[in-house]
Amino acid sequence: MQKETLGRIHSIQSLGTVDGPGVRYVIFMQGCPLRCGCCHNPDTWDAAQGAECTAEDAVARALRYREYFGKQGGITLSGGEPLLQCGFAQMVFALCHEQGIHTCMDTSGCILNEDVEKVLAHTDRVLLDIKYVTDEKYRQYVGCSLEKPLTFLKKLEEMQIPTTLRQVIIPTLNDDAESVLALKTLADAHSCVDQVELLPFRKICQTKYDMMEIPFPFADLPEPGKETMEQLKALLGDYQK
Amino acid sequence: MEHLNWNGFRGGIWQNEINVRDFVQQNYRPYEGDASFLACATERTEQLMKKVQSLFALERQFDGVLDIDTATVSSLTSFAPGYVDKEHEIIVGLQTNRPLKRSVNPFGGIRMVRQACEAYGYKLSSKVEEEFRFRTTHNDGVFRAYTDEMRQARRCHVITGLPDAYGRGRIIGDYRRVALYGVDRLIADKKKDKAEMERRDFDTAMIRLNEELSRQILFLGYLKEMAASYGYDISQPAKDAREAIQWTYFAYLGAIKEQNGAAMSLGRVSTFFDIYIERDLENGTLTEQEAQELMDDFVIKLRLARHLRTPEYNELFGGDPMWITEAVGGMGEDGRTLVSKSSFRMLNTLYTLGSSPEPNLTVLWSNALPENFKKFCAKVSIDTDSIQYENDDVMRPVYGDDYAIACCVSAMKLGKQMQFFGARCNLAKLLLIAINGGYDTTSNIHIGPQMDVLSGDQLNYETVKERFDIYIGWLSHLYVNTMNIIHYMHDKYAYEKIQMALHDTEVDRFMAFGIAGLSVVADSLSAIKYAGVKPIRDENGFITDFETIGSFPKYGNDDDRVDLIAKELCHLMITELRKTKAYRNAIHTLSVLTITSNVMYGKNTGATPDGRKNAEPFAPGANPMHNREENGALASLNSVAKISYDDCRDGISNTFSITPDALGHSREERTDNLVNILDGYFAKKAHHINVNVLNRETLMDAYENPEKYPNLTIRVSGYAVNFNKLSSEQQREVISRTFHEAI
Repeated sequence: MQKETLGRIHSIQSLGTVDGPGVRYVIFMQGCPLRCGCCHNPDTWDAAQGAECTAEDAVARALRYREYFGKQGGITLSGGEPLLQCGFAQMVFALCHEQGIHTCMDTSGCILNEDVEKVLAHTDRVLLDIKYVTDEKYRQYVGCSLEKPLTFLKKLEEMQIPTTLRQVIIPTLNDDAESVLALKTLADAHSCVDQVELLPFRKICQTKYDMMEIPFPFADLPEPGKETMEQLKALLGDYQK
Repeated sequence: MEHLNWNGFRGGIWQNEINVRDFVQQNYRPYEGDASFLACATERTEQLMKKVQSLFALERQFDGVLDIDTATVSSLTSFAPGYVDKEHEIIVGLQTNRPLKRSVNPFGGIRMVRQACEAYGYKLSSKVEEEFRFRTTHNDGVFRAYTDEMRQARRCHVITGLPDAYGRGRIIGDYRRVALYGVDRLIADKKKDKAEMERRDFDTAMIRLNEELSRQILFLGYLKEMAASYGYDISQPAKDAREAIQWTYFAYLGAIKEQNGAAMSLGRVSTFFDIYIERDLENGTLTEQEAQELMDDFVIKLRLARHLRTPEYNELFGGDPMWITEAVGGMGEDGRTLVSKSSFRMLNTLYTLGSSPEPNLTVLWSNALPENFKKFCAKVSIDTDSIQYENDDVMRPVYGDDYAIACCVSAMKLGKQMQFFGARCNLAKLLLIAINGGYDTTSNIHIGPQMDVLSGDQLNYETVKERFDIYIGWLSHLYVNTMNIIHYMHDKYAYEKIQMALHDTEVDRFMAFGIAGLSVVADSLSAIKYAGVKPIRDENGFITDFETIGSFPKYGNDDDRVDLIAKELCHLMITELRKTKAYRNAIHTLSVLTITSNVMYGKNTGATPDGRKNAEPFAPGANPMHNREENGALASLNSVAKISYDDCRDGISNTFSITPDALGHSREERTDNLVNILDGYFAKKAHHINVNVLNRETLMDAYENPEKYPNLTIRVSGYAVNFNKLSSEQQREVISRTFHEAI
């Protein structure tokens, strides 16, 4: 057993229908370098938590679900930040490709290095979370520069990996037309982007924060209304998902 | 043999022998297209349905029973014709002279009829009481023959719901035969069979069959009389689609007038009707609109069917079900799909007439079904929560391509096989009885082999398993013997004349046993094996509770360590049952199905080692226990799929509730994803699934404000119910079930 094929897994969802096309087996990886105020999985932050598992075992388990994948579905790595564990991610996706299974990566795009590129070589679709479209907000609420995901997107464009841009819509922070149109402009500038997905900010994760006894930074912000979501989605035209 | 009314049909062996399958195979048209051809409800249908809806509302106001004729024993000809709206009905016939009026049927047992009347504020007439005073009912016969141990097993609820006081049901007459051949031909054939028996040796079996044939022939005559009272002569084959549907319905109506069996299923009529509809469409004597209207009117009649039940019965089978199960779709042995346009028309009634638990629409799913049909089914599921799915790819190799489903999940070849229904035994209670050495702490009854209570501070897996196996062996023997008595007596005192007249004279019989509490037992054994289970004893030394320390694998997470315990339990159970010979050489089968009785079973079962508390409901059927699934919906499905259909030929029921959001974003995505889930689940050789796509909040709101949801239909366990017709206890249990949600 090679050491680098070990991964730390937070949990799995055997029926994922909202993290990539079709029916997907979603592995939520443990560990994330970001501390986004809207994060609904604070329990995935600590890289030392979770259960260890080899890439081979993870894929063997996923294969028990291949009958459900149909023509579109497959496996999705999410998190946490799956690119914190590149060796594992690369091995999982490579093994999936050997089996003809579609691979999808749900990431913030804040990490890019040679190892990440090796993972991307086995990635069929990326769900790239562009949290805010201005560098100011990105720095304030994510803790690093917007430059990082933008560079990542450039790499995806270069490698021509089909990409879905995602954004969690948070009232007062990015629930305005200007912000969403800027996201659309970003999509327009990259031919690899074929979908833009807006997700409503939700606060059901409050209980997780309470259990972990840490404050939920966005606890005081409201959830966006259905109407707002529909209006913003309408701005996306053909990218709408 | 030729008949004028068969003009335009392709001939075959069906002309020379009673063989509906051959007729279907020679004449049906597979349909691979989409649903765009379907027609909406006509003005007439809408008006009629309005009337029916107001009758339903009235019935609800009267606590679920609109009226009872307490003086007339139900039979084929005992009631004058009844109508909803004579002028505007296309298909006619009611069980009594007025819609939703229930009749009394004491052949199964008069005590239950008496209690049912009283429960709704009526009194069984002295006339009927007098008629049955010197008459043996099925119930009388059974209790004369029951042993003390059988009575004890019944009293402590280790075997429950046995059809020993009511009609057994689960028999499907091949009602299509009346339409295809006319009653005269059926009588002639039965007479021929009877004449041929003269050369045989007359032992008990032969004498019984000979008498049964006489009764079948007599009742076929009554069936003609019943139809004649509505102005129809059904002695000859049906000449068009309307007659084919009407003749078939008369046959079914005759059956439900004669019998009040627990489940009185319809069979597989849609594609059979389609042949007549296609012929009429081609002749220009019918339009698509009229074809849908025929189907709608037929289904309205089915929705009006009722039997009189006691409140205790409703605890087992909640929601006043009839299980008018219609099997739709499936594939033929030659590889052509059995989906026809009328398969769509049948499902379309959930739109034209609104969603409804009856008829119990059951899609026979195959990987090879046309994509368009799969998508339509998924769409109907998402919109109505009214259909269930069963795996044609595992049943077809066993039953061929002309089988249907009785009740929820019981497959049988139409007109060639029947079953002796046997409810279920409570495996979780049996485990507790075994641990306590033959003592049931809930009822304080000593039963089964008498041994010491298991000793020690911690339960040992090997010891418990060894002990449990002994009790499974004991119970299996008792269970088969009990069933033998029940079905001997049912044949003797409440024989199904019409339904058996619509079978071949020589039939195969199944004896269908069942288990409840599979997931409770699997998790309990897993807890004993992988965690530490400390027994807690009462003042007499009996174990009444458990303290479980540490974690253990739980059924429903696709974990072989526990899933295989469940699978092996089923295998052991059927193996033990087979050791005792069944009445009439019946073939032993096993189901994992609870209807709504999982609530009642739980109520009568003490705390179990899996952490389930005293009196807490079981999960329904083969479902994992509520909210123990940690890896999402498909992991749960995979666990259930491991139970082998070879062990459980009477069906493995799984009820699946998912929120719309968890199925995907858009309607199209949800439809496609549901198709993929069904394809995947059945590719795993799973047997059955009920699909509910709804939010828990909807049910909670319906629980508080029933008037807002008069027609809310949900699938529970092998059938669908109107949510409002469940007891509040059953409603709470349904609400507490796992809803697979988006995360």
